[in-house]
Amino acid sequence: MNETKIMLGNEAIARGAYEAGVKVSAAYPGTPSTEISENVVKYPEIYCEWSPNEKVAMEVAIGASISGVRSMASMKHVGVNVASDPLYTISYGGVNGGLVLVAADDPGLYSSQNEQDTRCVARAAMVPVLEPSDSQEAKDFVKYAFTLSEKYDTPIIVRTTTRLAHSQGPVTMEERIVPEDKAYVRNPAKFVMMPGNAKGRHVFVEKRLKDMAADACEMPINRVEMNDTKIGFITSGIAYQYVKEACPNASVLKLGLVHPLPRKLIEDFASKVDTLYIFEELEPVFEEQIKSWGINCIGKEIFTVQGEYSANMIRKTILKEEVDGKAAAAVPARPPILCPGCPHRSVYSVLNKLKIHAAGDIGCYTLGAVAPLSVVDTTVCMGASISTLHGMEKAKGKEYIKNWVAVIGDSTFMHTGVNSLMNMVYNQGTGTVMILDNSTTGMTGHQDHAATGKTLMGETVPAIDIPNLCRAMGIKNVVEVNAFDIVTLEKVIKEEVAKDEVSVIITKSPCVLLKGNKFTTKCKPVEDKCKKCGACLRPGCPALTKKADGTIAIDATMCNGCGLCMQLCKFGAIEKVEA
Amino acid sequence: MKETKNIMIVGVGGQGTLLTSRILGGITVAAGYDVKLSEVHGMAQRGGSVVTFVRYGEKVAEPIVEEGQADVLIAFERLEALRYAHFLKKDGVIVVNDHRIDPITVVTGMAEYPDNIIENLEKEHKVLKVKAMEEALKLGNSKVFNIIVLGVAAKHMDFSKEAWLEVIEKTVPPKTVEINKQAFLLGFEG
Repeated sequence: MNETKIMLGNEAIARGAYEAGVKVSAAYPGTPSTEISENVVKYPEIYCEWSPNEKVAMEVAIGASISGVRSMASMKHVGVNVASDPLYTISYGGVNGGLVLVAADDPGLYSSQNEQDTRCVARAAMVPVLEPSDSQEAKDFVKYAFTLSEKYDTPIIVRTTTRLAHSQGPVTMEERIVPEDKAYVRNPAKFVMMPGNAKGRHVFVEKRLKDMAADACEMPINRVEMNDTKIGFITSGIAYQYVKEACPNASVLKLGLVHPLPRKLIEDFASKVDTLYIFEELEPVFEEQIKSWGINCIGKEIFTVQGEYSANMIRKTILKEEVDGKAAAAVPARPPILCPGCPHRSVYSVLNKLKIHAAGDIGCYTLGAVAPLSVVDTTVCMGASISTLHGMEKAKGKEYIKNWVAVIGDSTFMHTGVNSLMNMVYNQGTGTVMILDNSTTGMTGHQDHAATGKTLMGETVPAIDIPNLCRAMGIKNVVEVNAFDIVTLEKVIKEEVAKDEVSVIITKSPCVLLKGNKFTTKCKPVEDKCKKCGACLRPGCPALTKKADGTIAIDATMCNGCGLCMQLCKFGAIEKVEA
Repeated sequence: MKETKNIMIVGVGGQGTLLTSRILGGITVAAGYDVKLSEVHGMAQRGGSVVTFVRYGEKVAEPIVEEGQADVLIAFERLEALRYAHFLKKDGVIVVNDHRIDPITVVTGMAEYPDNIIENLEKEHKVLKVKAMEEALKLGNSKVFNIIVLGVAAKHMDFSKEAWLEVIEKTVPPKTVEINKQAFLLGFEG
């Protein structure tokens, strides 16, 4: 008997890639997709890498596919935007070896800047989409996606959501079967997408989707579960589980292929049930198509386009059941915060003191937007800090940005920030860019990148030297400062923002959660010296609390001994002791 | 067991809710149940309020526990116990680590940390409290407090001591097996 293991959705996707014989996998980390690559790397048969951004990752996978092997790229939903340029065009070109893009959506915004639905991107790019509903299907659908990719000559998107990616359930293991590499045959009409060739491929793509839509009525991943016909649901993915939980006796059409839709199967199912509900998280992608065919159904009239769904939602709206449980207690919110000892807190405490605004970026340091640090004014997307600051300068003039900086992390700088910095140099900006270099991709759980000197597969490689990269662009003012040296930092920031030239300040201090970090000291209040001024509390370190008498306590189990509070105390009321 | 059992583990990001839920998941699989777990990764983990769900039974569909459905609420911090108490069934049990971590909203003076949380919860629910942080420090490692709390919660589940110890051995990092076992027994037998 085959072994069954309990697996995270993302772990199951990696297993599916392994069993499908994937040879190349490329990704950029992003919640909720990161653990896919972190599990792919456990299979030495697969070459896998962290690429600097999703566009590059997609192109690496495309190259591997063209050469004739099965390949996979994985990323979060907003990463698909970055990768959309190659995606839209390889949809025309098609594949040689099977090509799968795993796109992880985030309904409920657990860790994202928007709530976009990848199915909308896929419809525009004319790429088919599969959507699994548990860990077992996550594995099975990835394997099936490769079969479909090669059969229909198309890249396939496997769409997951946070709830699926980060839920665990049982998965039955199977053997890895590696199909023979496809021969590479030069074929410019297919893989050189210049206008003359692309015109022909567009015709092919439209036919491909029509063929798939017809065949989809017979695909085993589109499944009708006929039960009581009073209520019928058309649903997919994790939403299917909520239907089964709340209405185990209802009839269900569970879609595994969510684009293109099996019209005949849907029409047939709709004709057999009295009331048809479309239960899909986020956008009304099924609903709008189904309604356009003249089928009566209920969807976003009663279900939201925002956030995650649940079984209770069905119990309340359709079954009109009273859901058990009292109202939630009114309690203080506990939003995410920078860790005790985080170098970003130190940098932000200085910017806050200097009343400098920051054009922000994507990473832990986005948390500098909230009180008490309140430094970050804007966050749009990966790499946008530098370019938005440049836009402000061009709109309002260089004096306007004398109390502004751009802040960006090392991994985000390598992702797309570097392009924005090139633009600032080229188009004669004078902005000050702070690269908060904590030697890792922090927010997603510590992945290496091109400037850390380590690869996903654990090899030691030359690290791209960020200061010299900036100098190579022609930037004269490149200053490196220890993030915890707040005296030097304050002086350097004042000097650099005053200059009429581009400046880069690199604050170098490793993420406090990085493995191998040793904390040998802790901060401790000195009795009787505290003047209750509250200066140490200002940066909002969670290890510090104000006691009833106004003096402070430091939680020794949380403190990492960074010494920021000690530097801020003018009365010597905090000292460092051995941990 | 006909009904699916619903367990929630709540706490502050970084307190080890993931490890605890994996031990729970492991023991339910070892006992032959269908199981689903749901976790929180990414930004929310950075010192924010985190919740993980464990559901086990003959056949489990959805991976989350909803309001009014939890049999056991394991809370690693007092305020988090209060935040999620409405997820409990009428006869559900709260196992709470009697420990306070101020959220940033309290540190900055925007909100006040409620008084007498446990006393108030006891008026409506069965509550087991444990000073796990202090007990863990006595064992020499504050990090294992979560396994002490799990030990207390385990008294309300139907798995043997041996089964728990076996799954702890399989789940925690090899170097920490002994101290985690000690921590579990401290809660389970204490």
